[in-house]
Amino acid sequence: MENNTITDINDIKETVGIPLVDNAKMSMRDVDVFYGEKQAIFGVSLDIGVNEVIAMIGPSGCGKSTFLRCLNRMNDTIEICKVTGQLHLEGQNIYDSKLDVVPLRARVGMVFQKPNPFPKSIYDNVAYGPRIHGLAARRADMDEIVETSLRKAGLWEEVKDRLHQPGTGLSGGQQQRLCIARTIAVSPEVILMDEPCSALDPIATAKIEELIDELSENFTIAIVTHSMQQAARVSHRTAYFHLGKLVEVNETEKVFTNPDHSLTEAYITGRFG
Amino acid sequence: MSLSALFVLIMLGATVTYMLGRSRSLALANNLGGIRHLHSLPLYYGAQAALWCLIPCLALLAIWVAFDDSIIRQIAIQYLPEDKQNLAPQELSLLLNTIENIAGGVTSLKATPEMQAIADRVVSLQRLSSILLSAIVLSSLVLLSGWGWSKVKPEYRARNSVEKTFMIFLLGCSTLAIFTTVGIVFSVLFESIRFFEIIPLTDFLLGTQWSPQTAIRSDQVGSSGAFGAIPLFTGTMLISFIAMVIAVPTGLMTAIYLSEYANNKVRVVVKPMLEVLAGIPTVVYGFFAALTVAPMIKNALHGLELSLLSFSIGPLDVSGESALAAGLVMGVMIIPFVSSLSDDVINAVPQSLRDGSYGLGSTQSETVKKVILPAALPGIVGAILLAVSRAIGETMIVVMAVGTAARLTANPLESVTTVTVQMTTLLIGDHEFDSAKTLAAFALGLVLFVITLGLNFFALRIVKKYREQYD
Repeated sequence: MENNTITDINDIKETVGIPLVDNAKMSMRDVDVFYGEKQAIFGVSLDIGVNEVIAMIGPSGCGKSTFLRCLNRMNDTIEICKVTGQLHLEGQNIYDSKLDVVPLRARVGMVFQKPNPFPKSIYDNVAYGPRIHGLAARRADMDEIVETSLRKAGLWEEVKDRLHQPGTGLSGGQQQRLCIARTIAVSPEVILMDEPCSALDPIATAKIEELIDELSENFTIAIVTHSMQQAARVSHRTAYFHLGKLVEVNETEKVFTNPDHSLTEAYITGRFG
Repeated sequence: MSLSALFVLIMLGATVTYMLGRSRSLALANNLGGIRHLHSLPLYYGAQAALWCLIPCLALLAIWVAFDDSIIRQIAIQYLPEDKQNLAPQELSLLLNTIENIAGGVTSLKATPEMQAIADRVVSLQRLSSILLSAIVLSSLVLLSGWGWSKVKPEYRARNSVEKTFMIFLLGCSTLAIFTTVGIVFSVLFESIRFFEIIPLTDFLLGTQWSPQTAIRSDQVGSSGAFGAIPLFTGTMLISFIAMVIAVPTGLMTAIYLSEYANNKVRVVVKPMLEVLAGIPTVVYGFFAALTVAPMIKNALHGLELSLLSFSIGPLDVSGESALAAGLVMGVMIIPFVSSLSDDVINAVPQSLRDGSYGLGSTQSETVKKVILPAALPGIVGAILLAVSRAIGETMIVVMAVGTAARLTANPLESVTTVTVQMTTLLIGDHEFDSAKTLAAFALGLVLFVITLGLNFFALRIVKKYREQYD
């Protein structure tokens, strides 16, 4: 056992590596998250750059999903959850009491762990967001939004003949791509993905990963994943969380070849997690 | 020996057998070198032995008690003189009852010597039966106990056997409800058939006149009786409709508020209060309808009437027992029913759908309207159908707040009557059970039963189908 080389979690005072960047889309400073009395996130500071794909990894219960859900205030639905610190989207504090959470979520979209298409047709699933936000004035505009979104999500060829069949009838991987299409239909600036492939088989996973790569041309993406290979394949930077603290953020290649922190190294080499 | 004493003895015997079986299995285990060499735990061997003596003895006791009296009756008939034996069944039964009363010493009648003689023989027969029963039950108790004890062997699978017995017991409990339902259906069905022998089915189902007064004597006038059930069913539907107009929107909105909007603090207060509303006896709602709501409506409409009269529209005829009052109160009664069922259905909509909708930037009401309600709709329809069948079957409120005049009307301000109200009025008081008047209650009951059964059947199927979507 080489436990002596692993730093004690209490020794983590500051995140090592490069948590902050120059062209930040979102910047978070000293974020604490509490579930009732229990603190889940301890003083995390992190920037997400424009059109960057940032992967968040770490053992179960390390707070990476909690942190991700703070970025579009999905944690608001949990009554006992309290978020402090500064979270900015293009310089605007998203936890400002005057800020309307509804347009925020249109700007920062989210794809969930389990594909969750609405029990509606494929078309209506994609058109749901644009309808709510009034993005299409005419039927033809809506058709165009639906087609472009499905194309961007790589699903158009598979579903173009059955747009009016229920979205729940698709396979798991198709459902997840439908959810991605639904998210990009409202033209968000940032897409949050919470373990988007954990319920999918390897082939569907490969398709989603390919898609993430393509999407990064237009969107800023933050992805939480349990698969280190996935993080290595899709992301530009990787953030390693441990027990609610952000241990290390670095270029993905560096994290997986020569991490700065001993905890990161222990995790990626499979010594725990 | 009395029945209760026998029962206690059987229980004691079973307990003793349990202990014997258990100690025998423990002794066997000791010889083999530990409990792990037995197939089952000692407790199962004991339980199996106890069950083997308990079940047959109790069954024997039950069968004996069930057939005891009728067998003694048959024997007593043999003792009667020839001419009495050939009496009509009802008179014979009366005579036998008298003899049994004399035998039991619970009559003030002066018994004739020959009756007294038969009664004495009945008493001795009953004594014999009791002794025989005690002897048979006790001896089989001992025998079965010994047999159960001897069956305790290490390789015997007592655990599985007890499991099976338990399953059969559970099955028996659950079939009780089914048998009761079947029994109710048949009892109602046979009486209804008798009714339809007097009044044709078509007259009953399609007739628009309801005045169930039949002549008791042939020379009575004006009491021919009319059994057209349509006014009753329209009355029922009118009141149920008013009730649903109140209950469905209120109940549904309550459910949406409680499951989507209310925070925990509100929910822990409001939910129990709604359940209190559901727990109020319907007869109390009846007071409320008859004494508070009905006069209120009458007064309110009376005021309206005066103002309307000035425009010479004509008088409003407001009955003190309006369908509106009963329907309103019944609606309030059903609110918790609708809200708690809808609440279940809405809660069954997966959280992931809500997250998906919120994640796209929709507000709560948009999520409710566009995602949750469409997803929960089949279940909500099921809940509403269950509530309708509840409203149709409701009796107490309408008995207290609604009149008995069978009127074919759609005016909620008039007094109507419902199926259940007529059934109670038909059966209250002393009537012979072969007149069309009393039998009509059974026919009404049958139709009501068929309607509510159909509604429940559809409602449950819809609810079930909806459940499968997410599981």
